[in-house]
Amino acid sequence: MIKIENLHKSYKMGSNSLHVLKGINFSVEEGELVAIMGSSGSGKSTLLNILGMLDGLDEGSYTLDGVPIKDLNETKAANYRNKFLGFVFQSFNLINYKNAMENVALPLYYQKVGRKERQEKALKYLEQVGLKEWATHLPSELSGGQKQRVAIARAMAAEPKVLLADEPTGALDSTTSYEVMDLIQKINDLGNTILVVTHEPDIANMCKRIVHLKDGVIVEDKKVKQVRASEYV
Amino acid sequence: MWLFDKDLWREVFNTLGKNMFRTFLTMLGVIFAMIILMLLLGSANGMSNGFDRLFAGTASNSLFVWSQRTSEPYKGFERGRRISFRIEDASILKEQIPEIDVLAPRIELGSHRDVVTVYRKGRKSGSTVYGDYPEIDNITKKKLVEGRFLNKTDIEDSKKVCVIGEETYKLLFDKGEEAIGQDIRINGVFFRIVGIYKPNDNINIDGENAVFIPFSTFQKAFSSGDRMGWMAIAVNSETPVPIVEAQIKKLLKAKYDIHPDDERAIGSFDMSEIFNNISAFTTVLKGFSFFVGIFTLLAGVIAISNILLITVKERTKEIGVRRALGATPRVVKRQIVMEAIVLTAFAGLIGFAISVGILSGLDALFGQGDEFPFKNPMVSIPQFSISFVLMVGLSVLIGLIPANRAVKIRPIEALREE
Repeated sequence: MIKIENLHKSYKMGSNSLHVLKGINFSVEEGELVAIMGSSGSGKSTLLNILGMLDGLDEGSYTLDGVPIKDLNETKAANYRNKFLGFVFQSFNLINYKNAMENVALPLYYQKVGRKERQEKALKYLEQVGLKEWATHLPSELSGGQKQRVAIARAMAAEPKVLLADEPTGALDSTTSYEVMDLIQKINDLGNTILVVTHEPDIANMCKRIVHLKDGVIVEDKKVKQVRASEYV
Repeated sequence: MWLFDKDLWREVFNTLGKNMFRTFLTMLGVIFAMIILMLLLGSANGMSNGFDRLFAGTASNSLFVWSQRTSEPYKGFERGRRISFRIEDASILKEQIPEIDVLAPRIELGSHRDVVTVYRKGRKSGSTVYGDYPEIDNITKKKLVEGRFLNKTDIEDSKKVCVIGEETYKLLFDKGEEAIGQDIRINGVFFRIVGIYKPNDNINIDGENAVFIPFSTFQKAFSSGDRMGWMAIAVNSETPVPIVEAQIKKLLKAKYDIHPDDERAIGSFDMSEIFNNISAFTTVLKGFSFFVGIFTLLAGVIAISNILLITVKERTKEIGVRRALGATPRVVKRQIVMEAIVLTAFAGLIGFAISVGILSGLDALFGQGDEFPFKNPMVSIPQFSISFVLMVGLSVLIGLIPANRAVKIRPIEALREE
């Protein structure tokens, strides 16, 4: 599903150049649930940004579902993001003047899906995350966990190839975190490929595979026995 | 066609609707600008309409021709010879110069602007007395207070009737006294009053204190023979008056053996000159109003663009999210430009509605009286359309500034966690 070879990325900070990713080789099969771990500054967010086509790469190659991702202009990147990827952010990033259903329907709007179909699909995904009754509520009327579930529904709505979650539980207490992880595991059970960036070991252990990043290189890549989040809920 | 994309409109209205107060404040600049533009244009129109009303009844494309004394000797005649037109000149001119629409000969009792004593039951007034054809009414319309003006039958039958001015009426009658059907005496001849007119206070050729009698009656009563004092001439609207004026003078000079270069023998006055001056004035006024108004409008639209720039900055994160969810730069741009258009158009319409109200109020206040040249101060549909289209066009151009700013925001920066 994802194949990365010899990925380098550096940022220019004035006259200095900061080499963030130093040759990453990494691939993800369909249906995997991968945790990307690392302390801050390890390059995990940069890796996720490149995977999310929010940032370009300096060197190496990136193939997503057989499509080489290169020479992206903004329009092309936007279309690829819309088609291939679903994003879940640490701070949810729901649009605060749109209700839950409208938020979930937004990626479909950019896919030019008709209004009626959009609403139907949005409701379907809201139901999947257990928030159908909250469809007409604004984000401000939802709890943190609920917001993240709406965000997950939004990421799923476009039926992406890969779900990218950047610290999805970073802003949540542990009970709510486990609820969200439970949801992510269930979505993974349905066969969806998911990448989770986290620095919490318990969250990482709820994935099937942990990739450990340190100073821009992968130091550890291991399969783990998945801890079901439902045990804690 | 994206213009009919219901979802785009929903997105735009959603965004604008989420902060009604700011949206309203943003629009205020354009609302005021539109009011200023429309008030300026409306007032200029009102002024132009007001002038039109003032001069209503006076044929704008007209001239007056009268005879004077020669200033050059010619063909054995000495200078200083008094020229006197003959009544046949009227038909000659009409025949030879097809551009003449109406030609009304006139004769005055005594010399020009001389007053004649008019008597009635022991009262008297010093009035000017004119022998006229009814056609004069097509050139300088008399506002009749009572009765009628001279007509064809009066001429044909040489009736001893007259139309008097309001001032003459005041001198000869008591206040409120019935004048129609009463007789007045001029040089021993009695005339029956058939009408009273009110002077036109703006273009006043005849004076307020005047008596009009039929030309034919004048000839008989005062033995004027075939003399004619002056001519009021209306020229068809396509021909400039000076051209006809020159033709007339040339013809008359030849007929009366006047030196071709003698400028003083025949006097004339071109009415169209006044009208041209006034219409030039109102045109300049309108142009100036439009100019000022459009720039005010530009300032208003720029204010909208400014606020949108701030909004874009505030919405950095939202725009970033939209981009991450697959919004292409084009879509983001389009939405912000649409916001600019909707704000401007809506504000423009509100401003237009308010200014129509104000203009109606102004019309009610000043539009009725005769004194002030102001009437029906409304903006014409083309004026409004041009302003509106221009305004929306500007908003598109200026909306592109915040739109481009929004597109420049890279999603990765917008989404960076603090």
